[in-house]
Order: sequence, then C-alpha cells, then structure tokens
Amino acid sequence: MDITLFLFQLMNGVQYGLLLFLIASGLTLVFGVMGILNLAHGSMYMVGAYLAWYFVNTTGSFGVAAVISAIIALLLGILIERTLIIRLYRRNHLDQVLLTIGLIFVFNALQSLLWGNDPLGVAVPAWLDGAIPLTEMIEYPVYRLFVSGLCILIGIGMYLTINRTRLGMLIRAGESNRDMVECLGVDINRLYTLVFAAGVALAAIAGIVSAPMVSVVPGMGEHVLISCFVVVVIGGMGSIKGAFVGALMVGIVDTFSSIMLPQVSSMMIYILMAVVLLIRPRGLFAS
Amino acid sequence: MHNNKKGLRALVSACATAGLLSVGSNLAAEPVKVGIMLPFSGVYAALGDAGRNGLKLALTQNAAQLHGRDIEYLELDTEARPERAPELASSLLDKDKADFIIGPVHSGVAMGMSKVLRNKDAIMIIPNAGAAAATGPLCAPNVFRTSFSSWQPSWPMGKVALDAGYKKVVTMSWNYGMGKESLEAFEESFTAGGGEIVKQILVPFPKTEFQPYITDIAATAPDAVFVFFAGGGAVKFVKDYNALGLSDKIPLLGAGFLTEGTLEAQGDAAEGILTTLHYADNLDNAANHKFRQDYASSFGKPADIYAVQGYDAGLLIAQALNTLGGDISNRTALIAAMQASTIDSPRGKFTFSKAHNPVQDIYLRKVVNGENQVLSIAAAALEDPARGCKL
Repeated sequence: MDITLFLFQLMNGVQYGLLLFLIASGLTLVFGVMGILNLAHGSMYMVGAYLAWYFVNTTGSFGVAAVISAIIALLLGILIERTLIIRLYRRNHLDQVLLTIGLIFVFNALQSLLWGNDPLGVAVPAWLDGAIPLTEMIEYPVYRLFVSGLCILIGIGMYLTINRTRLGMLIRAGESNRDMVECLGVDINRLYTLVFAAGVALAAIAGIVSAPMVSVVPGMGEHVLISCFVVVVIGGMGSIKGAFVGALMVGIVDTFSSIMLPQVSSMMIYILMAVVLLIRPRGLFAS
Repeated sequence: MHNNKKGLRALVSACATAGLLSVGSNLAAEPVKVGIMLPFSGVYAALGDAGRNGLKLALTQNAAQLHGRDIEYLELDTEARPERAPELASSLLDKDKADFIIGPVHSGVAMGMSKVLRNKDAIMIIPNAGAAAATGPLCAPNVFRTSFSSWQPSWPMGKVALDAGYKKVVTMSWNYGMGKESLEAFEESFTAGGGEIVKQILVPFPKTEFQPYITDIAATAPDAVFVFFAGGGAVKFVKDYNALGLSDKIPLLGAGFLTEGTLEAQGDAAEGILTTLHYADNLDNAANHKFRQDYASSFGKPADIYAVQGYDAGLLIAQALNTLGGDISNRTALIAAMQASTIDSPRGKFTFSKAHNPVQDIYLRKVVNGENQVLSIAAAALEDPARGCKL
C-alpha cells in the first residue's frame, strides 16, 4: 500500500468514525447521565433519515428539512421520555431493554406504514455538491468533508457544554448522585427530559446528515445500533470522550481490515472490543 | 386486500353470469389455496411487496381462467430470515394444506423452504430467489421458478465486457450465495473469452460501508467493474461509486438488480450504468405495455422485475388451472400442465427447462433518464445449465 492510498483509507476511516461518534454519543450520554439503556437509539437514526427525506421532498430545501427534522426529533424525545422512559428510572436494565426493544418494532411498523418499504434516496444539497480531485482517479466529495466537520463541531460543543457550563455541572452531578442534586433544589426530572431529548436529537441529526450519503431503507437503524454499542463499550459506557476515541478506533480498524484482511474483516471490530475489554474491563474511559 | 378479494368475487360472479365459465361449478365450492412466503418487513420488504402485488394482479386479471374457483391467500412474512423458513413452510403445507406456495425473495430462505417442500403435495413457485441449487441439485418435480437462476443474468455480461474491449475487470459483491454465484457466472464467460479478473472483492453481508473498497478499486484502475448488489445496498453502492468520482472513469457493469426498484433513490448517480437482466422497463411488447399500465394504476408506482416475477407466478397458476378445467386434484397432471406452459410474460414469452427454470432472453440495458432502457438482447433463450439436477 503506497502512502497516498494509505492516507486515503485513513480519511475514509476517520470519516466513518466521526459519523459513528455522532450516532453513539447520544447513546452513551443517556446511559451515563440517566442509567438508561436505550436500544431504540438506532430507530432514532432511522427516523431522522426518513424525516429528512420527507421534508426535502415537501420543502425542496435540505437545510430547511434538516432543521424541521431535528426539531421534530427533539419533541419526539421529550414525548418518549415523559410517557415511557419516566417509568423506568430506578428499575433494572432488563425492563429498559424490553421496553426499548418494543419501541424498535413500533418505529419499524410506523416507518413501513408512513413511508413504505422502497429504498429512498436524498440528493446532496446543491451548495455542497462538489468534489475535490485528489489524484487523477479519485475525488473526495465536499459533502462528506462537511459532515466530518459537523461531527467535530458537535463533539466540541458537547465537550464544552458538559465541562464548562452550569448545565453541564448539573449533568455531571446528576450522574454521580441523583438524590443529592434533588436535595439542592434542582428539578432533576426536567434535566433528565432534556438529556434524553438531546440524545434522541443527536441520533436523528446523524440520520439527517447521513441521508444524502446512504440509502434510506427499512432496517437501517438496527444496522448502526450494533456498531454503536461496540463503540460505546470500547469507550466506556457513559463517557463522551470514550465514544469519540472508540468511534475513531472502530472506523479506522474497520476500514483497514476491509482492505487488508477481507476474510475476517466482519469480526475485526468485535476482536478490537474484546482486546480492549481484556485490558480495561470497563472500557477505555469508564466513569 | 379485502377490496381485492371483493373485486375478485365480483369479477368471477360477473363472468359466471355472462356464461363464460365451464361446468366445473361443483369445484367452485373449494377455493384454491395460495400460500405466500415473502418478506414484508426488513431489508427486502419492498421486493416482497412487489412480488405479492404482481401475483395478485395476475390472478385478478385472469379470474376467467380459474373455472369458477376462488383464490384463498395465506400470507406469511419471512422477514428474509432463513432460520424461520422451515417452520413457516411446514405450517402452510401441513396445517393450511396449501395447493401452491409462492416464495421466497431471499436465497437462504429458499433453501429452508425447499428442504420442507421438495417432493411434497404443494407446488412451490419461486418468484425471485436465484440460488443455483433450487433448480440444480435440489430440483424437484413440484418446484418451479418464474424468476431466474443466479447464473442467468450475469453470464451474458462476460461477453458484453469482452465486446467492449475490456481486458481487466474487478468483481465485487456481498459475501453470500447469490453474490458469489453471480460473480462466478460472469467470470466463467469473461475468462473463457480471454478476459482477466484482476481482483475479486467480497464484502461481509449486509455491510454497506463501501468507501474503502471503492478507493481500492480506484488504486487498482481496472478497465471496468462488475458487481452484484440489490435493494438498499445497490443504492448505497451506486451513490458511493459516483461520489468518489469513478462513474465517469471506470465503467460500472452489473447484474440488473443493481438498478431495479432503486433508480429513483439513486438519481443521477445511476446514469449510464450497463446491466444485464431478463427484463427492461421499455420492452416493446403488448404484455409489457398492459402490465406496466395496470400495475402503475393499481399500486401507484412503476413496476420492477420483482413485480414481473410475481405476476408470472400468477399467470403460471391461472394457465395451469385453465388447462385442467379448474381441477388440480391430480398433482401429476398439474405438474405436467405447468411444465408444458408458455408464459406470455412482460419480459417476453418464456418456457420452462427440464429443471423448471425459465428459458428466457437476457437483455443488455442502460440507465437513461432514470429508466432501464433496452439496448440489445445479450443472450437469446438462455437456459440455465442446471448442474446437478436429475430431473
């Protein structure tokens, strides 16, 4: 493998990793702060992609569609937390798994009823529809660079919010001692609603920005969910920093194993996970 | 669905009053039981829907051929999960006593169904799954296929590639039966004519992160690329191939599934792709014009190959019933009638080989303005070699 090809594949891996981070960050945030294991997280990614498709078709603008879809996802998150998740606090993970698996079926059925089963496509918005020629053979699509940049920005935003703001301080406090935060007069329920809705919105935003790059199809949520869990387990449940590092590791390992070890590439990210767990049983940055 | 049944009844009784039906009315009491085993949820749901729509359309349109017999549908969702296939097939066979069982889409499911249904009383009609074994080593008198064998659509593309002057080709697919069989069929004819497969890429199913592989193809710089992908994966592959700027540098060839039921989602990225398949949207024959019009007005979307194959399964049933005057109690006679039939399909007329696979023309198609337009016949009356079949 010569150096240009190596750099290319590294770009592919980093780009895939950044997108995985965006999807996985919401999952790990909700688990870390609220102790809720949300298996329907992948469904939220799917919902984002389908909403984006629907609103691009009705409004004709990707930007407008993205904003509307993100707001709907946020409201959906609030609704799910207020009606369903609220019953799960202080219950065990098995109950959470049962409820959120049920949600996967509900969202898949809704998707099928509302939007049918045909594979759908969203066009790349015109203002991002360029490519940068890298060699005479390959060019890199501007849109993918834009998505990578967006993932980095969202990551930095999350980091600053959690570590530098009052809200972040409450989130961190709620993480370590819920009862104490309540005694200090903070409305923990509102905080939880906000965090859960943010987690849903992050998954949906990942779905929205992915829509022009992938095919919008039934079952797309389950596919990303598994990769997300691998990322979160490697990084340590509940750690945003861990999700970032884990996602980049998974992206890069998956990319290079696809090319260099095609026969075993489908196992490589799980082998990576196993190795990490052998060395750090709770993941790299478990809180 | 309910309306369809009503419509069918109305049509049948209208025909009856018009005196079009023969004297088989004592049989009319017993409906013909048609089991459907297709995926209505999951990755292949769109293919299952199209197959079911086509099947019902054919049986509704040809109600006059059923000699007064109603059709009772028994529908099961396979979810394209091979491990569920034997159980579902057994329930249609033993519990429901289905006369015909139509399915599946997925080749893995076909293997599971075939195990249960081979040499049994029910007639199995496969409206999609192309696994070579189904009409090869596992062929049976009661198993028919109205679709294709994996070998059929891909084999003619080898010659097309040679005629275009391509010498070095990279092949790529998912690492599963249908994908590997398609690549082998292309390779068989391409290397026989002196072509060289410089690299074969097998992607773990159902992974769709294709970028690293496409980057690798660009570094290899072959004369052309031949792929097998279908459904959502086909959309993703074509978009990735185009996004990395390869579509106007290295010609993309494929088995026709690459651009079936996916063109709208692929958009401009699919323009110019060459594929070989036993159907094309703009085939100029009466059956196709009528079919496309009826399908679009019944279901509100354009027909694709999966709809055609389901439609032809319906035509096959209707014709066999018509030949036998509505009496299908003698299974040997039923199989003989089916075997001898010529199906006036939207793809053009086809007959059945000894192994019960269609003997059919394979067309070379090009994507022009979001439609698969036919360029020429790549292979006329092509029969699957049915390696390993003892019929």
